[in-house]
Amino acid sequence: MELFEAILFYVFAGLSLLSAVVMVAQRNPLYSAFALLVTICSLSAIFGLLGSPFIAALQIVVYAGAIMVLFLFVLMLLRVGREEPEPGRQRVLKTVAIGLGALLLAQLGAVIAGIRPQVARGFDASTRSMARVLFSPQYVYVFEATSILIVGALVGAVVLARKEP
Amino acid sequence: MPSAAPSASYLTSHSAILAFLLVVVGFVAVNLVLWKIIRPSRFSEEKLTTYECGENPTGSAWIQFNIRFYVFALLFIIFDVEAVFLLPWAVVFREIGPLAFLEGLVFIAILAIALAYVWRKGDLEWVRTEDRQV
Amino acid sequence: MSGLSDHWAGLSPVAQQFWIAVLKVAVIFNVLLGLFSFMTYAERRLLAFMQFRLGPNRTGPFGVLQPIADGIKLFFKEEVIPEGANRWVFVAAPAVAVVAAFLSIAVVPYGGPGLFQIADLEVGILYLFAISSLGVYAIVMAGWAANNKFTMLGGLRSAAQMFSYELALGLSWVGLIMLAGSFRIQDIVTAQKGGLGLLNWFCVVQFPAFIVYLIAATAEVNRTPFDLPEAETELVAGFHTEYSSMRFALLQMAEYVNMITVAAVGTSLFLGGWLSPLPLLPDSPLWFFVKFGLLLFFFIWLRGTLPRFRYDQLMHFGWKVLVPVATLWILVTAGLVTAGVPGFRR
Repeated sequence: MELFEAILFYVFAGLSLLSAVVMVAQRNPLYSAFALLVTICSLSAIFGLLGSPFIAALQIVVYAGAIMVLFLFVLMLLRVGREEPEPGRQRVLKTVAIGLGALLLAQLGAVIAGIRPQVARGFDASTRSMARVLFSPQYVYVFEATSILIVGALVGAVVLARKEP
Repeated sequence: MPSAAPSASYLTSHSAILAFLLVVVGFVAVNLVLWKIIRPSRFSEEKLTTYECGENPTGSAWIQFNIRFYVFALLFIIFDVEAVFLLPWAVVFREIGPLAFLEGLVFIAILAIALAYVWRKGDLEWVRTEDRQV
Repeated sequence: MSGLSDHWAGLSPVAQQFWIAVLKVAVIFNVLLGLFSFMTYAERRLLAFMQFRLGPNRTGPFGVLQPIADGIKLFFKEEVIPEGANRWVFVAAPAVAVVAAFLSIAVVPYGGPGLFQIADLEVGILYLFAISSLGVYAIVMAGWAANNKFTMLGGLRSAAQMFSYELALGLSWVGLIMLAGSFRIQDIVTAQKGGLGLLNWFCVVQFPAFIVYLIAATAEVNRTPFDLPEAETELVAGFHTEYSSMRFALLQMAEYVNMITVAAVGTSLFLGGWLSPLPLLPDSPLWFFVKFGLLLFFFIWLRGTLPRFRYDQLMHFGWKVLVPVATLWILVTAGLVTAGVPGFRR
């Protein structure tokens, strides 16, 4: 069973990495969006494998089912075409990207080197236990603050959409 | 892999879905391949024209569409997040008791204000009055 | 025969579970395929009777072989991809539609725990919510890819309609999750068990949620009176105008499977699934299929009865009626549960 699990893990991990690379490398924004969708779905599968079906479902409901639909809508509505590289700007961007990438790699390396691998023991990631914590007195204010955040986002989005014909 | 690995029954129930997925994908693939083998192909330029009720199509369909679609997609994301919070809230509702009721009441009330705002400002109208004047 | 059972007993529990899962998947998938073909026939035939016509009655006895004839015909149709289309997306859309449609039915229980369900997930309801939100993609993709004005508008309309009503669909489930205290669909079915038989079902206890579910589900699967995306008088055939032959068949299949799913989910969540309607009769998968059949008939009946909404009315109805009603009902249920009103206490 453990072998089976490991195989599934590597399949989905590989798929998510591959589609992430495709997303960045792809020049057609629509294909990038589809690649991101594959990334999200394989991440969701990994969450499922780690024993947290709730987070797995959220990943699909919120990211794949709502946010990516909006992305697609925008790409289709605004008729975003193929991205054509401008030679001059391209060189500058490449240098910056390589620099930032190296920095990120260094940071990642430092963090990974500093971690002593620990095994989470008996961690209960089920929906019920998660919900119990989320709605306990400990997080009441945070939970209510979330709704205010959502309202803020809503008002902002609607106002921005209204401005521009 | 963490040691708190999911139990065998958890994995079997989820991999049954995976198996189902594979069966469905396989079914679609077999059908399409079979179709590719037996379908005729009588090529003609006319057949490939985009359908526009018999007229020759003018321009591309990939043009900018009504902004309302986009506004409703945004509204959906925001209320989807609300629903996603309410679902686990409902699961533990009995366990937590009156506190949960209060939490939910405030949460829904704040979002109801948001809905009222959007409604009042006319953003739930498919055809907005400003659009009409233009 | 005894050789087989000896062999079976010799298998390890994991292997046994594996073969049971394979068997379940195979049987359920084939039943669904059969049901899909039967539904295409039943719908045409029933609609015809409602409109004082006969419907397909020439192929086989009473025309029951019509779906097979249709299937064979579609295999012999050539492939047409319009010249301005995006080939990749155009080809992918029907496959995505079918996969998304079939996946959600995997968590619906036809009978008691064990054999009668592909997977009894802890997050059953959330899974349904997640997969149904993926159905939008197929339609957006199909509508956009053909580069045709009718499909484009049909696809966008359909997508906007689907996610608007999906919200109401999700909210209609909150009340019954509260009463059952679980996302597991099997738990929700058993929570409807009680001394009063069908009066304990959530379609009675959660009546407003049931109505919201029925309306939202009809809209979610794009059926009359919410079949705007396919309004033939204005949009030809909506998002699948440019599809023909096998790809058209796949899209049709996805639509029917979606309808089957919505009926099966409604049966489990609101009509007590496999529970018997009368306290004295035994519970059995048979009950599931009776109620399920009734719901399917209901959808066809709606199509034979109601005219179509106008698009702006449809969006207004979703956002200004269904979503507020569903939300209000959540609060009412929460209040009744907290107050411990009988029927909400369990």
